[in-house]
Amino acid sequence: MVKHKFILLSKHQMEGIGWTTKRKLFTIFLKIRLTFFQTCGILYLKVHETFHEDKSSQGKGGMLVTSTVAPRRRVRRKSLARRIADNWQPYVLLLIPVVITIVYKYGPMYGIQIAFRNYNPGLGITQSPWVGWKWFERFFRAPTFERMLWNTVLLSLYGLLWSFPVPIIMSLALNQLRFKKLKRTVQTVIYAPHFISTMVICGMLRIFLSPSGGLINLIAGTKIDFLTEAGAFRTIYIASSIWQEAGWGTIIYLATLSSIDASLYEAAKVDGASVFQRILHIDIPCLLPMIILQLIMSVSGLMSVGFEKAYLLQTDLNRATSDIIAIYVYEQGIVSAKYELGTAVGLFNTAINIVLLLMVNRIAKKYGEVNFV
Amino acid sequence: MSVLSRRKQGELGGFSDRTSDIILIIISVIILLIVAYPLYYILVASFSDPYDVYAGKTFLLPSQATLDGYKAVFAEQNIVRGYGNSILYTVVGTIYSVALIYLVAYPLSVPDLPFKKIISIFFIITMYFGGGLIPTYLIVQKTGIMQTIWAMFLPGGVAVSNAIIARNYFENSIPGALKEAAGIDGASHFRIFFSMIIPLSTPILSVMVVFSMVAYWNDWFTALIYMTNEQAPLPLVLRNILIKSSASASQASMISGGYAELNKMTEMIKFASIIVAAAPMLIIYPFVQKYFEKGLMAGAVKG
Repeated sequence: MVKHKFILLSKHQMEGIGWTTKRKLFTIFLKIRLTFFQTCGILYLKVHETFHEDKSSQGKGGMLVTSTVAPRRRVRRKSLARRIADNWQPYVLLLIPVVITIVYKYGPMYGIQIAFRNYNPGLGITQSPWVGWKWFERFFRAPTFERMLWNTVLLSLYGLLWSFPVPIIMSLALNQLRFKKLKRTVQTVIYAPHFISTMVICGMLRIFLSPSGGLINLIAGTKIDFLTEAGAFRTIYIASSIWQEAGWGTIIYLATLSSIDASLYEAAKVDGASVFQRILHIDIPCLLPMIILQLIMSVSGLMSVGFEKAYLLQTDLNRATSDIIAIYVYEQGIVSAKYELGTAVGLFNTAINIVLLLMVNRIAKKYGEVNFV
Repeated sequence: MSVLSRRKQGELGGFSDRTSDIILIIISVIILLIVAYPLYYILVASFSDPYDVYAGKTFLLPSQATLDGYKAVFAEQNIVRGYGNSILYTVVGTIYSVALIYLVAYPLSVPDLPFKKIISIFFIITMYFGGGLIPTYLIVQKTGIMQTIWAMFLPGGVAVSNAIIARNYFENSIPGALKEAAGIDGASHFRIFFSMIIPLSTPILSVMVVFSMVAYWNDWFTALIYMTNEQAPLPLVLRNILIKSSASASQASMISGGYAELNKMTEMIKFASIIVAAAPMLIIYPFVQKYFEKGLMAGAVKG
């Protein structure tokens, strides 16, 4: 498409003025520059597109053409009205998604204000009396506030620390595995748990951890009721998350590793590098940008620790560690129908997440012009 | 690189290729076993007598092999109804989700669409910021879709990250020249969308379909807050069996052998229902496995 644009452009110019040769040379020069930039830009774009950056619409060579050539001789563009008229069909396609998004995504955002009001369904959102920070204060004064905050932070922080390296190590090992059949089998199997419902996972956990004849107790020869031990909750939660998601997490790393030039390995082999050295000096450096990106993404979601599993694994006896903010939101907001309190607590959680996201975004910018907010 | 340095590296490297191959195979097999064994154990248990399971007699093979667990599962009205509900929600939800992803992804891949940037931002904001559980709940209440099938998927809105992956795929993997040629030949956007984009994007389509299916099949929280007990999908029905460990009334009336028999039945249903609930997705995903990479990396790798 880029090249196409180019030809049009140069033709137009050639017709216009007599300096054809000059233009031709310039075009060739630009083309060469273009391919050069495209090659150089691949890594840069990789980074951008991982974060779903909205660059690709103008990215690649297209951006370069418009930026380098357009100022010299602007191609006559259609007027805005004309372009809208030409594109009425895409707008029609967008109609339903936009309406749904406005109602069910932006509607709730508008509804956040009930966190600051005494919500009265009869009066509606905007007519309900304003009470300021009342509900936030109530949350901060809740007897379990500190416990919930710490449990949320620690659960996700420990979760990140333990689960983050596992897929990386697994993909480094799998990538070096020379028996393709075994590699494929392992890959298929380790993806499996990702497709199982949290409900089923928790059911399995309850079976395995059962004090009377659960698998873990059978192997260890003990009779411990793990789900009533507050000290065991985080371990159970994190270990099962690793079991469920680590395999799935290898996909992105394995894909990155598979794009490594085979000649690098050949050269390393010729130089007598062992597998371990190849991992250390080829795989890890190639994987590092992806690792950093994944880390940044995980940190930004730190407060959105999974509600489902914590809720399903919670028992009255492990509440000391399993009580997290998300459970409080559900219990207060839905079960007890204290809508304002639930909204306020949810907003508090979102606010922390956004602060984390912005902080991480800042660090990411320093690391390599990554920007994903 | 001389012989000297080669020898030196050999010393430093420690293992020969053969040794490291063996080590890698051992690591892989260990990973394989750790992931697969719990699933296998439940599978074996579902064919065994529950007392033998809890006595540790079923580590490798079923003991007193029986199909009673499965019979009990399919005799349980709640589970069968939940299964039906789950299938309904999964089918309708998947069609809805994937249609919406495509409806967003295609316009955003049109090169000279005015206001494209604004529209993208409009959708991307919802990825990072939302109203939260309670305001969404209130909107669902207000729009009157509570306890209807709509409540299962409308509040989810558009899967924006998937839409962006699809858009990148349309832009990068379907040649722009093809779309332009169609445009020059007078094909409308609708025509391009239906006769070109959809047929040419089957890899990404299959990934989106499977991802959506899995999400709906495994979802229970949406149903917990928006639906009635009769409308509960399978995972929510299983909550009573797996998490609360309660035997239902229909079960109790079925069994004459007293509490011990009832207890045994409850345990058997646990194992079998896990298999029944997990099996459909576990059977489906290997078929599209080769596209996972594409689905997750479409945006990342294409240069």
